[in-house]
Amino acid sequence: MWRWLHPYAKSEATFALNQKLLPWFLIPGLLLTLVGVIWGLAYAPPDYQQGESYRIIFVHVPAAIWSMGFYVSMAIAGLIALVWQIRTAEQAVLAIAPVGAVLTFISLFTGAVWGQPMWGTWWVWDARLTSQLILLFLYLGVMALYVAFEDERAGGKAASILALVGVINIPIIHYSVYWWNTLHQQSTITKVITRFESPSIAPEMLWPLVVNIFAFMGLAAALIIMRLNNELLRREIHRPWAQKILNTGDKENSDAV
Amino acid sequence: MQFDSWSAFIAMGGYGVYVWSAFFVTFLCFGLLALEAVWRRTKLRDEARKQQARQQRIEKAKRES
Amino acid sequence: MANAARIFIQIVKRDLRVASRQRSDLLNPLIFLLIVVSLFPLGVGPGPDILARIAPGVIWVSALLSAMLGLERMFRDDFRDGALEQMMLLPVSLEVSVLAKIAVHWVMTAVPILFIAPLLALLLNLPTTAWGVLWVTLLLGTPVISAAGAIGVALTVSLNKGGALLSLLLLPLLIPLLIFATAAVEAAVSGLSATGPLALMGAFLVITITLAPFAVKAGLRVSVN
Repeated sequence: MWRWLHPYAKSEATFALNQKLLPWFLIPGLLLTLVGVIWGLAYAPPDYQQGESYRIIFVHVPAAIWSMGFYVSMAIAGLIALVWQIRTAEQAVLAIAPVGAVLTFISLFTGAVWGQPMWGTWWVWDARLTSQLILLFLYLGVMALYVAFEDERAGGKAASILALVGVINIPIIHYSVYWWNTLHQQSTITKVITRFESPSIAPEMLWPLVVNIFAFMGLAAALIIMRLNNELLRREIHRPWAQKILNTGDKENSDAV
Repeated sequence: MQFDSWSAFIAMGGYGVYVWSAFFVTFLCFGLLALEAVWRRTKLRDEARKQQARQQRIEKAKRES
Repeated sequence: MANAARIFIQIVKRDLRVASRQRSDLLNPLIFLLIVVSLFPLGVGPGPDILARIAPGVIWVSALLSAMLGLERMFRDDFRDGALEQMMLLPVSLEVSVLAKIAVHWVMTAVPILFIAPLLALLLNLPTTAWGVLWVTLLLGTPVISAAGAIGVALTVSLNKGGALLSLLLLPLLIPLLIFATAAVEAAVSGLSATGPLALMGAFLVITITLAPFAVKAGLRVSVN
């Protein structure tokens, strides 16, 4: 059942697959970003309560969604790395982690910038903000653990284990933080934002948001593939296939990079 | 189009600083990640070229000796 | 099965003997805990109301931090002198030995905390009605720290600068523990039933004790090679 996975243990095969996949993420990602951002900033109607400031949602929500989504994908890569002992999967873990951390940072930053005009404060200990902050710590932990090892194989495996332990913990952390937040008196201002969770969001606002969610997935996936490709080439720089790509690449690869 | 003029678009109903800084930082982050990936690839190319040059020097020296 | 139980007991005995010879290692985290707890009244003022309000959080945060200090010892010495490699070659699965290690660590670090817990509660002016619940949260929570901590130690034991990294890895994972422990004590302080959070802590305990040995085993395999 899992035999199709094995060829990709070879860096060369993974690299070839990546090269094929990259344009399918990068080009739609860029196009959708262009469409989504312009639609969201200029054409979506203003919110009747928050005015124009709500337009931050078009970057905030996609970043928040994928910061969690890519953590799960990182853990899946970690599982593959541990179960089938596939090195390229370890490298995938390490390619995903920085991108995921940046997405988490974006969601925190845009949340703070949104919170200032709406709630009058940059930061509240709201359940979602708090669990997002913890998610950032988890990403940083995975990255720090990898860097701490001198042996790259050992570091990759250790980071994979930590990613897996973290993914079991994420739902627990998430719900415990929610529970903690309802236990302590919840500031009424945080309820302003929960309105967006209900499906009652107007379709004129929902559609650009959906476009941006897909756009961010494309962009983030393209960045991850680029990082993974670099990593694959770096570790196999002595091998003929990598040298061939690096030599001929100047013209051919410049559009793919 | 929800805005009458460019200045209204930039002002964002008084929330311009917040909205534009959020969008700016978001795409700055993406841009930096992309730049870093491209920069690393060029560095790898240089390294590969250096290694091959060294390899050729070694082989040349071997042939001559 | 009998074999596994025998080796479990052997490892517990050996580790207890080794640990009892390094008393300073055991005392230091405990003294650290006392000092941190006594720093808070100096920092926020000696008002009994404030202290009683922050007591559950202060005691639990301090306990977490002091646990981070002693954790490294769980596998460090065995890693350095090669005992860990021997442990991996034992005819029983590594999980058994790992559980023994966790048990010994819990006995050596958490049991003293359980003994001085009333003193900490007294220092921070925690209402006596909540003392029992505080004690139960420590009883249920400290094995989780030991077991989850073992994962972190197993991953970082081969690194020279593991200390700060260990805290970075573990503390985010232990946040649910902190939340429910303090919630239970606060419920008890305000006269409510604390069984809900305590039951959840019990669930954490069962989950971590069951799953952690597998993660520790994987971590040790990475570190020892």
